[in-house]
Amino acid sequence: MNDDKPLLDIENLQVRFATRTGTFEAVRGISFTLGRERLGIVGESGSGKSMTGRAILRLIRSPGTIEADRMALHGEDLLSVPEKRMRQLRGGKISMIMQDPKFSLNPVMSVGQQMVEALRTHESVSKAEARARAIAMLEEVSIRDPERVYDLFPHEVSGGMGQRIMIAMMLLPNPEVLIADEPTSALDVSVQLQVLDIMDRLVRERGMGLIFISHDLNLVAKFCDRIVIMYAGRIVEVCKASELRNASHPYTLGLLNSVPDLEHPRERLEVLQRDPAWREAPSVSART
Amino acid sequence: MSAITIRNLNVWFGAGAERSDAVKDVSFDVAEGESFGLVGESGSGKSTILRAIEGIAPNWSGHVSIAGEVLGKRRSRQFYRNVQMVFQDPYASLHPRQTVDRVLSEVMGLHGFTDIDSRIGRLLDDVGLGSGFRFRYPHQLSGGQRQRVAIARALAPEPRILLLDEPTSALDVSVQAEILNLLADLRAEHNLTYVMVSHDLGVVGHLCERIAVMKSAEIVEVLGVGEMRKLEANDPYTRHLLESSIHSVR
Amino acid sequence: MTTNTHGLRDWLLSDEPTSRRQASLSAWYKGWLTFRSNTLAMLGLGVLVVLILAAIFAPLLASHDPFAQDLGARLLAPGVDGHLFGTDSLGRDIYSRILYGARISIYIVLLVAMVAPLVGLIVGTVAGYAGGWVDVLLMRITDIFLAFPRLILALAFVAALGAGIENAVLAISLTAWPPYARIARAETLTMRNSDFIHAIRLQGAGHTRIVTRHIWPLCISSLVIRVTLDMAGIILTAAGLGFLGLGAQPPSPEWGAMISEGRKYILDYWWVATIPGLAIFAISLAFNLLGDGLRDVLDPKEGTS
Repeated sequence: MNDDKPLLDIENLQVRFATRTGTFEAVRGISFTLGRERLGIVGESGSGKSMTGRAILRLIRSPGTIEADRMALHGEDLLSVPEKRMRQLRGGKISMIMQDPKFSLNPVMSVGQQMVEALRTHESVSKAEARARAIAMLEEVSIRDPERVYDLFPHEVSGGMGQRIMIAMMLLPNPEVLIADEPTSALDVSVQLQVLDIMDRLVRERGMGLIFISHDLNLVAKFCDRIVIMYAGRIVEVCKASELRNASHPYTLGLLNSVPDLEHPRERLEVLQRDPAWREAPSVSART
Repeated sequence: MSAITIRNLNVWFGAGAERSDAVKDVSFDVAEGESFGLVGESGSGKSTILRAIEGIAPNWSGHVSIAGEVLGKRRSRQFYRNVQMVFQDPYASLHPRQTVDRVLSEVMGLHGFTDIDSRIGRLLDDVGLGSGFRFRYPHQLSGGQRQRVAIARALAPEPRILLLDEPTSALDVSVQAEILNLLADLRAEHNLTYVMVSHDLGVVGHLCERIAVMKSAEIVEVLGVGEMRKLEANDPYTRHLLESSIHSVR
Repeated sequence: MTTNTHGLRDWLLSDEPTSRRQASLSAWYKGWLTFRSNTLAMLGLGVLVVLILAAIFAPLLASHDPFAQDLGARLLAPGVDGHLFGTDSLGRDIYSRILYGARISIYIVLLVAMVAPLVGLIVGTVAGYAGGWVDVLLMRITDIFLAFPRLILALAFVAALGAGIENAVLAISLTAWPPYARIARAETLTMRNSDFIHAIRLQGAGHTRIVTRHIWPLCISSLVIRVTLDMAGIILTAAGLGFLGLGAQPPSPEWGAMISEGRKYILDYWWVATIPGLAIFAISLAFNLLGDGLRDVLDPKEGTS
């Protein structure tokens, strides 16, 4: 499954925000590569995991700045390409799924219209063909009556279906990399798994690279090949998902043990003792 | 004696053709000192029950009695001393322009306490914040610290019952663990009765002894935490919910 | 000395205030720092401070008696015979009249700024918080006031009440409050069902306490911004009333009335109307710049982040 050349190659990525009290460093020099694999980025709020996802697409607004020694997709430098080319790449080669479908779908356009428009900005296809592909895609995300859903407006669909529509829309132009930022944390538990299963199947079938950003270590372990654990803008540990149980960094262990577990009840939950040294430890490289 | 008795509670929004039922014919009891969980998916009406008890939901019918007091349209001052609530989002539940000190002293003033200064100190120690946080504004606090302030506010009138509306769902897991431990400690220390709403079965299973499962505005099943852990549910929906939350953790 | 001021600065910027006073002073100081970084707003503030000082010390700064007529020295050009801005048709020194006129303008501004937002705040928050028929009634009244062009309505009031500064202020206030009521109501509606209002209700707080202690402080910032931005309009309305002879009465040196008097000579003696016009322009612009700066500081959306 692993290709020799990575899809995404990122070295020493930094995201900074200038504030009145000084510079706030959201991401402090992280390096990783993404092949045709599923890479999970896990961390707590403020760890810089979402900023990393946004930085790859250059979606950091001023006063934020992105710097990196290398940030390349297939060898094409993402930091230096003009904004016009970046717009082609966004959605065309790299797609992103956000947390809440309610805010990522346009409320005044029907689901189908939005999908067709998204596709036609990246490929020159006829309207009829775009429609046919959109409906086929909706079917692929297990939407039972795609033709009916095609004409619905976003407020008429449930959260779970909304997120499946987002996945369909993002995968329509056949991107090579999919960035999913907490794609299911706005959904109920019983639909979460279903949505993730669909996303997982499509990513694997198409041989895409997936970056799955989440705060839920266990969930990421289930759906990824490799896991990157971030703390305070740096990578503290990298491991294979199958070897998560053997993780050694106290932060990773703390995250694992602080989750209340239905089957293995404990009198008291383990509380993470944050060591200031974690902040200062150099970032672990997740390049392969 | 049961701390909370609810019989045939109905809550609805709108009227006439627009009426939508948020809670339908719900009945349950919570014993003194017990911790009772309400679980269900979004829109199942679990939070609305808490809001009806506190008098924030406008239209309700049925019998609700708290610590022997049968609730009518208006809540007495005594009721607010007995029953307090902790909200889901610590970013929305604190007044953005008021310091911790101001929030707590106003609440204590409302309940007629006089030794406010020493009480605030004790309360902040109780929730693990310490006096360094006393004069901070909410924007100078992290999510977990805000939720501790919200818990301190709820504890200020020395209530017997705490209603917890997803108190940890907006927090990181490690902070969630701290808050859950704090809630467990406080309950043991002050002999509190909890009613906790959550969508996370792990959280409810950790803190509660009995759990009611809600679906489409109704309670489908009430089961003990032991049965829940062994996945011994009679209702198919409960089983589905249990299985999906077990799977997402494994 | 420097260590002393550094200590004060650290004390003000502390993340761990140790007293109520330090907490509130620190909040003010941080607001001031944000405000200070806005150059244009500081310019506006500067102009206003100069105008206020000029108004206070008018008797010391004035070169002539603003009311003394000297028909022999009428319509002198700026700079002639020690008249800095020249003289008007009755030979009165325009510079001195502008200084005294600042007193009138600031007096009007202060009175309106106290009356109109207060009325708006009360009407808006009560309507928004109470809801139901109270809301409908209060908002329809607001709509009726909003339906008239402001100057026309003010004209009608002044015509009914009689000309004069106090009546002009009253008329302007009566026409200025509806937008404030609208803003206050909109803010109240977004807050009414927020958790922090619920939380204080669950502590047994009464409606009056909730509205005055918890809702007002959050409405006031957006009202202050709006009032400051509206000040230009209020001054212009006051000047307009003065121009039409319905505001301050001659010989009082109100800027609008001065323009009105200079109108007859505008082609041959430009300074008579232009100087008070520039004064009105300066104070309006200053208020607008100040309002923009205040918005940066006070906007709750910015402040919480």
